[in-house]
Amino acid sequence: MFRLYEFKEGMRIALTAIGANKMRSVLTTLGIVIGIVVVTLMATVIEGLGSALDKSISSLGTDVYYLSKWDWFGGEWWKARNRKDVTVEQAEELREKFMLAEAVVPVVSTWQQTFKYRNRSVKGNVNGTVPEYEITSGVVPGEGRFFNLYESNAGRPVCVIGFDVAKNLFEREDPVGKTIKVAGYSYRVIGVFEKEGDFLGTSMFSKDTQVFVPMANFLKVFGSNRSIDIHVKMREGTDKEEAKEEMIGMFRKIRGVPPGEENDFGVNTQDFLKQVFDSVVSTIGVVGFLITSLSLLVGGVGIMNIMFVSVKERTKEIGTRKALGAKRRTILLQFLIEAATICTLGGLIGLGVSFPLSLIINEILPSSMPLWVVILSLSISIGVGLISGIIPAFTAARMNPVDALRYE
Amino acid sequence: MPIIHIKDVVKNYDMGAELVHALSGVSLDIEANEYVAIMGPSGSGKSTLMNVVGCLDTPTSGLYDFEGQNVGDLNDNELAEIRNRKIGFVFQTFNLLPRSTALHNVELPLIYAGVPSHLRREKAEKALREVGLGDRMTHKPNELSGGQRQRVAVARALVNDPSIILADEPTGNLDSKTGIEIMQLFSDLHGEGNTIILVTHEEDIAAHAHRIIRLFDGKIASDEKVEKPLIYEH
Repeated sequence: MFRLYEFKEGMRIALTAIGANKMRSVLTTLGIVIGIVVVTLMATVIEGLGSALDKSISSLGTDVYYLSKWDWFGGEWWKARNRKDVTVEQAEELREKFMLAEAVVPVVSTWQQTFKYRNRSVKGNVNGTVPEYEITSGVVPGEGRFFNLYESNAGRPVCVIGFDVAKNLFEREDPVGKTIKVAGYSYRVIGVFEKEGDFLGTSMFSKDTQVFVPMANFLKVFGSNRSIDIHVKMREGTDKEEAKEEMIGMFRKIRGVPPGEENDFGVNTQDFLKQVFDSVVSTIGVVGFLITSLSLLVGGVGIMNIMFVSVKERTKEIGTRKALGAKRRTILLQFLIEAATICTLGGLIGLGVSFPLSLIINEILPSSMPLWVVILSLSISIGVGLISGIIPAFTAARMNPVDALRYE
Repeated sequence: MPIIHIKDVVKNYDMGAELVHALSGVSLDIEANEYVAIMGPSGSGKSTLMNVVGCLDTPTSGLYDFEGQNVGDLNDNELAEIRNRKIGFVFQTFNLLPRSTALHNVELPLIYAGVPSHLRREKAEKALREVGLGDRMTHKPNELSGGQRQRVAVARALVNDPSIILADEPTGNLDSKTGIEIMQLFSDLHGEGNTIILVTHEEDIAAHAHRIIRLFDGKIASDEKVEKPLIYEH
């Protein structure tokens, strides 16, 4: 086995050699540096995307189905355009007939409405819904409360606002109890949702920039000629697939879809988002993997090349060391350590480059470089060093001392 | 028992087209505390003989016993160990590690012998003081004169208390004055009981030895005691 003194001497030689050829060593590591930068940034981005997505789709609730005129992903939008609208009445009927649901909640939305308080204004979506929305969304207002059944049925002009809406309109004031204008109509704020965060700069899945008003009020103010979404949360303990099938069957009947024809509505879940996200991630992963392996290959060849040069340059030194009693394995270890050290240097430079870059990414996409990536990068570096160093090191170890000593 | 017992040693090199007979039947014994010069023109086989004696190379045929052990039976690692513990090399071109201090250069054989670091330092310092470089320990080779470099190399050869010191043209790269100083050092070392084998082609260098073996065409042409070895007054 290798002994500690051999390892120490090998380390010392490696550092001396690298120190004597600083520029060469650094340039040699370029491929490794690029590879490590790609690996770390890719992992950081994926990590960031994952947590951002998890955070933003958590507001969608698990086990919740979203019946809609539109399919979120896939499907053919030009066909969906010709579908009949999903109406409040259909939602009502589904709620009465479908017993496996804990809650069936109609949600109707209109985009880009202006919210005003005194001289401040922001834009966002307005949603009309019912009190059970708290059940399907799994979220209750952090401040104040959601509207109750009475307010809902009576169509009272009350609203619950998202975090960003509250922040922008009220800054330090307490919004609860104040009156704001929504598209010119007055609403009393009775609750504020907590911050949910956005996903890649859009808040399409978060309530932060939205305002919720009672359904009856919404229909009165914004009109009823639009297609709504129906959020269906299944009861605990029901068989998911069975419940889903039953729900679809029932909704087909309600919408009068003849047997044998395809659904004229979309059945969406947050799983769709996950699927899309996963395919994005795996694409990033594959591309990153290709770039990484390519640059590591180039880097490895570079290291191998420089190690051959290093062995050649130091032929006489190898001869001297052998004459003084260095064994084959000592010489082998010496050059392996040198190659691994150069690569580790490259790995460290790579981490040094990608760390500030990950901070920049963090500005766009809250994320941090995971520790396992740092460990992985350094392991990869050492691995590349060992693999590309092994042939040159063997060449050195097998040198005949007589020839090596005579080499000029 | 002689330290070195060589009997009918043949060394051939296969140079592709032709077989070169570098040594064709050499026999010699060297006892402890001898001071032997191996001489001969280039191509006479003296370098080959030195390589064989130094366990850098093994003979094609014939017997080489080093302290009673047949070198022909040894593998690479065992040869390395013999070189490490039993033989101190001094080269014409000094062969010091250019980026290491004198001290580390001298420590090198001890590192390969697995000597613990505090003992290593002590021994290396002692060896450097013996060759008169007590005040140059932390100097690197390029900060030393040629003579000082060769002294470092001699200290390195001595540091493991070898059975023989094998010097290959040790003054070849030195001016005559410095060369004389180095030869004086060898004479002193011989006086202290070391066994010295000197390979050279210069008569006045060989004149320091107590026995001169002359090679010609891969054979020993003569093997004579020197009546009055050259010794310089200090």
